[in-house]
Amino acid sequence: MPGIYLHVPFCRSKCRYCGFVSFPYREKAAAAYREAVEREMATAAAGCRRDSFASVYVGGGTPTCLPREDLVHLLDRVDRLFAVETGAEVTVEANPDTVDVRYLAALRASGVNRLSLGAQTFDEGSLRLLGRPGGPGAVREAVRSARSAGFTNLNLDLIFGLPGQTPAAWRQTVEQALALAPEHVSAYDLELVPGTPLARAVREGTLAPCPEEEALEMYQEVIDTLTRAGYRHYEISNFALPGRECRHNLLYWENGDYLGFGPSAASHWRGTRRSNAGGLEEYLRGEGGTGEGEDPAREMTDTVIMGLRLIAGLDLEAFARRFGVPLASVYPGELERIQRQGLAEIVAGRLRLTKRGLPLANEVFRAFV
Amino acid sequence: MSEDHVPTDNIRNFCIIAHIDHGKSTLADRLLEYTGALSEREMTDQVLDQMDLERERGITIKAQAVRLQYRAADGRTYQLNLIDTPGHVDFSYEVSRSLAACEGALLVVDAVQGIEAQTLANVYLALEHNLEIITVINKIDLPNADPERVKREIEDVIGLDAREAILASAKLGTGVEAILEAIVARIPPPKGRAGAPAAALVFDSHYDPYKGVIAYVRVMDGSVETGQKIRMMASGKDFEVAEVGVFRPAMTAVRRLGTGEVGFVAAGIKNVRDTRVGDTVTDARHPAAAPLPGYKKVTPMVYCGLYPVEASDFGLLRDALEKLSLNDAALVYEPETSGALGFGFRLGFLGLLHMEIVQERLEREYALNLITTAPSVVYRVTTLDGRVVDIDNPAKLDALGKIQELAEPYVAASVLVPREYVGPVMELCQDKRGMFRNMEYVGPGRVLLTYDLPLAEIIYDFYDQLKTRTRGYASLDYELAGYRASDLVKLDILVGGEEVDALSSIVHQDRAYQRGRDLVERLRGLIPRQLFEIPIQAAVGNRVIARESIKARRKDVLAKCYGGDVTRKRKLLEKQKEGKKRMKQVGNVEIPQEAFMAVLDIKKK
Repeated sequence: MPGIYLHVPFCRSKCRYCGFVSFPYREKAAAAYREAVEREMATAAAGCRRDSFASVYVGGGTPTCLPREDLVHLLDRVDRLFAVETGAEVTVEANPDTVDVRYLAALRASGVNRLSLGAQTFDEGSLRLLGRPGGPGAVREAVRSARSAGFTNLNLDLIFGLPGQTPAAWRQTVEQALALAPEHVSAYDLELVPGTPLARAVREGTLAPCPEEEALEMYQEVIDTLTRAGYRHYEISNFALPGRECRHNLLYWENGDYLGFGPSAASHWRGTRRSNAGGLEEYLRGEGGTGEGEDPAREMTDTVIMGLRLIAGLDLEAFARRFGVPLASVYPGELERIQRQGLAEIVAGRLRLTKRGLPLANEVFRAFV
Repeated sequence: MSEDHVPTDNIRNFCIIAHIDHGKSTLADRLLEYTGALSEREMTDQVLDQMDLERERGITIKAQAVRLQYRAADGRTYQLNLIDTPGHVDFSYEVSRSLAACEGALLVVDAVQGIEAQTLANVYLALEHNLEIITVINKIDLPNADPERVKREIEDVIGLDAREAILASAKLGTGVEAILEAIVARIPPPKGRAGAPAAALVFDSHYDPYKGVIAYVRVMDGSVETGQKIRMMASGKDFEVAEVGVFRPAMTAVRRLGTGEVGFVAAGIKNVRDTRVGDTVTDARHPAAAPLPGYKKVTPMVYCGLYPVEASDFGLLRDALEKLSLNDAALVYEPETSGALGFGFRLGFLGLLHMEIVQERLEREYALNLITTAPSVVYRVTTLDGRVVDIDNPAKLDALGKIQELAEPYVAASVLVPREYVGPVMELCQDKRGMFRNMEYVGPGRVLLTYDLPLAEIIYDFYDQLKTRTRGYASLDYELAGYRASDLVKLDILVGGEEVDALSSIVHQDRAYQRGRDLVERLRGLIPRQLFEIPIQAAVGNRVIARESIKARRKDVLAKCYGGDVTRKRKLLEKQKEGKKRMKQVGNVEIPQEAFMAVLDIKKK
């Protein structure tokens, strides 16, 4: 069942590693944005009166840098415009320093039942390096507040492979995250996005990047630790207690349908893809969107490269049913090669990455483009 | 203008010999200006050096022949034919044929720099041709000019009487009239038999898209005229003269070129190789008994492989070489393939300068992106069963099986250098496997060193090193001095256990380790990591002499991928896949084009 994504492109400050689309919060800009995104949603809603949505995801930027009422209002609009299922998963991303019990209670009251907190790291030095607002205490506070407000589905975002981060420091971060008993953890390998202050510092040599071997060690470590603690490693970077996998994100990895609203938001709807303009002005003018028309071959590719991100891999029979042709006949040579290279395997009718192939996932994906 | 034929007695054929930058071209400009061949308005500086390349480097590549008309002090009108000669050792054969077309030469020496190695080489050549030499000491306008010292040098080093040397400044125009008078007074008129069968010396040519090959000739005996049936004696082919003419400097048709005159012949000749430098043009029906002396086929000294960066440009490269060779009879080439670089050509040149010029023209005039493999000389192989084979490409060595002896070409090099740099120069020559021949003092504070050196060492980077160690004061000239057997070995490079043919080279045993290490290290920095460890080795025969290893890749960046990332991610993967297609596959290893270029490309040292 399809999902809805809403992008709130404002932040109080820009983290030094961030490659997402976001702008400094300004009341006027935010007001213009809200008006525009509501119009965008209303237009789209007219074309999907018969669709029911099983997930809503509000991301950004920092959705919670909007005043409480404004965010609640937007959530209300989504609910009114679209047929959102009872029991749908409704996620809002939050920064620990922007929320308190009142804010979170309001979100809870308006139907938000999943909170994703950007913790990143519990190391003060690393937090400063990343340009994250607030300290490690803020995360703990925010988790406490969320529980108080009644949230029973929490995610913590963590980043490893930071310049200057040792495997020991990472182990500590993971432990501290575990201590907060989240239902879900996303652990990301640092990506140095060109143009960001962090990437620049590394390029210019003022910051030494984390050695590849150490980052690999950190990755393997978090998989081990979280698995032993009862979490299921269900996607390359995502871990969840049984039953608490992020339903909305699964839509992406299963190449399902979703509608995206706001600057830079993307949609995959009935075989076509669409991306909104990233720039605020452009978005407000209704310009700059790009799209890809129907293309079964492309759909197949996307299904594979996204599906292989799931640790359980791709259901080959489901693929054959969906596209009317077995995967093996579309990519005979490639399938053989990635298995021969020990990067992927077929187990119980599913094609999945091996332990060795996991950190070399791109190598496997390239076989299918 | 009328045909302006003058009696043979009033003809003077001369050339200008000088070291680079000593003012040959400026002087030529002044002569043209003074005699009215070009009004000042028409002068672009240094008219005779037509090609941009020549202008940039300050050297002459193609010879030109200009007819000047000069009314001398004695009231008589003289026909002066100035034959411009190439100024570089690579083209010494062309120089000698240009000299053979003259009776005299202006020896131009810089009043500050004095005699240089190239001056010497060309003077000796001029003396061998029995040319009357008029010494001109140029650039006397410079503050450091020391004509007296230079005169003494000329007398001491060359043994010429410098009392009558003319002091000039081509830049200011001083001494030009004196030079012209000296040409008239001292250079003998041409000798030749007007009634004998035609015999004209070809000293250069160029290709004209409409008229075909234009041959530049000096008529020794008889005459050549429009409509005449002529024979090129080297090829034996006959042609009909469509046009004869002279350069004023613009090409101007005349009806006839008489005995002793210089000009051009156009006879619908399609192939520049039918008008070889040094060849004799004669009458087809009443041919000369024997060709003029001194003709020889030029052989290339230096070879290199030339490959297009984009494989799809091969056709363009082939066409470009065809066009280029229309105007360059000395350029030889044939197709070749390299496992590493694909389809390309092996080109032969007269020398490094010739090679650089051709490369630059290909890149500039034909907009081609090229990989040039390191230049190599022609090695002479004696196989076990006694066969002697010349190879221009180290990769061909294996096919010959066991060899008895490997010989390389040597040159006799002369270096003229201020006394204080003798030590570094001798060190350099020794370093380059040179054998000391002679050292003599020439003039105050300067030394002429002669060494026998392997040509392979010269072309590697000898000239640059020489200049660096002597702060630019040394000058170099060299000529071939036969083949010598050396302790040469074939150095192979293996990547992932497979030999990469394009990286093979023939080196002296003593150099093998250093060169092998250098190549191996460079490759290690240029080949991207792959899913398995990659050994890189330099080997001589079965012996590995240098080795590096590239670790296997175990992790890529684990980028996140949510809804908005799909398209971008897919496109990135596609781009990466395309990039891999452009890699050269050597066994299991993918090597990017750039790695080859950086290792092989001589420009990217």
